[in-house]
Order: sequence, then C-alpha cells, then structure tokens
Amino acid sequence: MIARASMRRALRYVLLADFLVGLRKGMRYFLAPKATINYPHEKGPLSPRFRGEHALRRYPNGEERCIACKLCEAICPAQAITIEAEPRADGSRRTTRYDIDMTKCIYCGYCQEACPVDAIVQGPNFEFSTETREELFYDKERLLANGDRWEAEIARNIELDAAYR
Amino acid sequence: MSEFWGSGLGILIIILAQCLVLTAFVLITLVFLVYGDRKIWAAVQMRRGPNVVGAFGLLQSVADALKYLLKEIVIPAGADRQVFILAPIISFVLALGAWAVIPFADGWVLANLNIGILYVFAISSLEVYGVIMGGWASNSKYAFLGSLRSAAQMISYEVSIGFIIVGVLVTTGSLNLSDIVRAQDGPAGFFSWYWLPHLPMVVLFFVSALAETNRPPFDLPEAESELVAGYQVEYSSTPFLLFMMGEYAAILLMCALMSVLFFGGWLSPIPGLPDGALWMIGKMAVFFFLFAMVKAVVPRYRYDQLMRLGWKVFLPVSLGWVAVSGLFAQYGWLFGIYARWTVGG
Repeated sequence: MIARASMRRALRYVLLADFLVGLRKGMRYFLAPKATINYPHEKGPLSPRFRGEHALRRYPNGEERCIACKLCEAICPAQAITIEAEPRADGSRRTTRYDIDMTKCIYCGYCQEACPVDAIVQGPNFEFSTETREELFYDKERLLANGDRWEAEIARNIELDAAYR
Repeated sequence: MSEFWGSGLGILIIILAQCLVLTAFVLITLVFLVYGDRKIWAAVQMRRGPNVVGAFGLLQSVADALKYLLKEIVIPAGADRQVFILAPIISFVLALGAWAVIPFADGWVLANLNIGILYVFAISSLEVYGVIMGGWASNSKYAFLGSLRSAAQMISYEVSIGFIIVGVLVTTGSLNLSDIVRAQDGPAGFFSWYWLPHLPMVVLFFVSALAETNRPPFDLPEAESELVAGYQVEYSSTPFLLFMMGEYAAILLMCALMSVLFFGGWLSPIPGLPDGALWMIGKMAVFFFLFAMVKAVVPRYRYDQLMRLGWKVFLPVSLGWVAVSGLFAQYGWLFGIYARWTVGG
C-alpha cells in the first residue's frame, strides 16, 4: 500500500500534475473579469454612512447650524476638535472658532452622532490629501465651505440613513 | 556600386547594419516583453496592470526606461567603482551578444557559426560573471549573498542544459542552429519536430531555462523577502536598467532556443503553409507567455529544493537521456527519428 502511494506521488511529480493544476487555475483567473477598478476614472460605491471629510452644515436660510454646545469636542476620542464660543450681537450662541485637526482625527464619527442639530457631519469626500501638514488643520471657514460644497450629497445621505436611526 | 558592397568596407557596413537591426529588434521587443510580463501577471491576479501610458499602457516600459535613464547613478561609498559599473554592462552586452547566432528564418542569421549552439552556451555561461561582479562590488551583504546563490544556481542548471542540448545534437549531427532547424523539417509538420522524440527534455529544458535566467519560481537571487533584491540591491538608475534588460534579453533568448531546439524554429507547424520568421516570433511569444504564467502561478522554491532538483533529478535524467538517445540514434530504432543527420552520419 505504501509503495503504491509513493508510486502515485512519484508519478504526479514526474507528470508535473501540481503545476498543470496550478496553470489551469491561473488561466481561469487570467480570463476572469477584473476585480479592480480604474480608480481615478471609476469609483466604487459608497455607503450613505461613509465617514469621510468633515463639514459644517447650514440651515436653508443660510444660518449656520452649530450652536456651540461643544458635545462634539467633549466626545472626540482623539481630542481633534477645538471650539471657542461667544454670544453674537443678536444674542444667539455661536462659535467664534471651530477647528478640527485632521491629522489627529480617527474618523470614528462620534462627533456627528453627538451633534444635536446635525451641524458637524462627515461627508462622502475622501480625496482631500494635501502637500503640507498645515493644510490639514481645518478652521471654521474651511468646514463651512465644505458644508456648502457637499450639502446636496450630505442631505441625501442623511435622508437615506434616517430609516435606520 | 555592387563592387563597393563586395569590398571590405562594404561588407563591414552591411554587417554593422545587420547588427543594428537585430539589436533594435531585440531591444524593442524587450520593451513590450516587460509590459506583457506585467500585464499577464496582473491578469492572473485579476488586476488591470499598466494601462495609463499610451494606448492600453503599451508605452509604460518606455516611460519606466526614460525614468531610469534620468535618475542619478548612486554608487555606494564602499563599492569598487570600476567593477560596480562594469557588472551591469557585462551582463547586458553578453545577453545581447548571444543573439548573433539565432536564426530567425532560413538564412536570416547574423553569424552562421558552425558551432552556434556552443557559442550561445558559452555566452550564457559567462553571464554569471555580471551577477557575481555586481554582488561582490556592491560591498553589501545582501548583494553578496544574492550573487553567491545566483552563481551556484546558474552553474548547476547549466550542467543539465548542456546535457539536454547534447541529446539534440546527437539527433541532428550538427552544432549549427540553422542545421538543427532544417533537420526538423519533415512531412508531418508539427509532429516531425524534436519535441516529440525529446519530450521529457523539453520540460527539463524549460525548467532549467527558468532557473538559468533567475525567473520565478527560481528567483532566489532576488528573494525579496530575505535578500531585498539580491545582487541588484545597491543598483539604481541606468545600471539597474541594464541588469533588468539583460535579464529579459536572456529570457527572450531562452524562448528562442526553445523554439529552435525543440519546436522547429521558423518552420510552419502545418505542412503546406509557408515557413518564415513570423512562425519563429510566434513560437517565442508562446514560450514567453508560458514563462510569464509560471511566474504568476508557481511559488518560489526553497534553496535546498532548488539544488536537489538541479543535481539529483535534472542531472541524472538528462545524462541518462543522452545515453538513450545516443543508442536510438546509433541503431536507428523507432523508425530512425533519433537519427536525422544533416551532415555526416
């Protein structure tokens, strides 16, 4: 019995059986459709819950949503958010400073979970690499600009995800 | 005018032009070979491979080559400068030089040497010097270990390649590569070539060619997981490009040898269709495809497995085959398919 088993093994070895099986498998994959996409030209699907670049949203009348409650600053596990606030001339409570250090941020999404007015959100944009570190220290102006730029997508994502919250 | 082309200077010019055409052909083929290699490798892994530079990424290798040429040549402080620069040049020049005797069609050969196959064998044996010099001159332990491995590997497999070639020579009775192809011409077309009588040797030759050219699964000299890049570690820019082109030129040469020795060179596989250089190039392309598929499919050998395969399996088998085919040729057994002597007898 042992002799026969070793004979079979020797025969497989001589006839390159393992190699031929591998080659056949390789040819099958060779002809199979590609698993990768042409990234900068084609992009993969994103979930509505995707947590990308941050944005500060506004109400439809142009008023900023953030009321400087500092819940996001408190919950941020990486302590990436810095907020300073003062009452505005009309008596409403608004931020004078809203900074996010994007190099510290871990994209956990707690800030948008904590926000009672859906002001700070993480949008669908993930292509915001920069050439310098300083450009990644976002200030309020930058975040509001992001909100204006991505409002349509952000609003759609919130609506799509509302059913699961 | 015809007198001029018959005179010494005219002949020299003709020979130089022929050399130039052959070199240009090989170099341009290399460019697309590297591209094809990457593309095939990518396809097996279900990737797209290079597809940005030029149509379908065809010019990717040109872009890479230009980039290599424009980079700074870094020579390590402890390196032996002359030898360090000489090594890639040697390995590139030798890889190109061997092409002189490869026949692309009947009469299309730069140097119709009577001992063509010995010449190819000698040149490809010398290629190991480029590797050893590169590894030694780099003054780096990775490069040194890589070159030691490479030298041992190339020498081991040359032994069995030598015996495999002897089997073919016994059948042909000539060392001239064109004669070897002519001897394979027969009424049966594809089935009168040498791959049939020498079938086991075709496989052995292919595997030895992989080892001889340091291709995966025998790319231990470069084994990036342990030796970073073997003897090429310290090389950058143009010298690295020369090493790489030398490597691919050697691979293409092995494909050409496969088709000349076993698959009837320029002969057409179907009797009746015209023979020609296109068949030769097509056969080389098929073998290169196999080379690339092997790279994509087979995992790397361990060093002791490599040596065991070379010395304990390939050497005795190829040596035995020389004796067997010699016997068959001498007594004309099997309808004399082992004795198709074009010269003498």
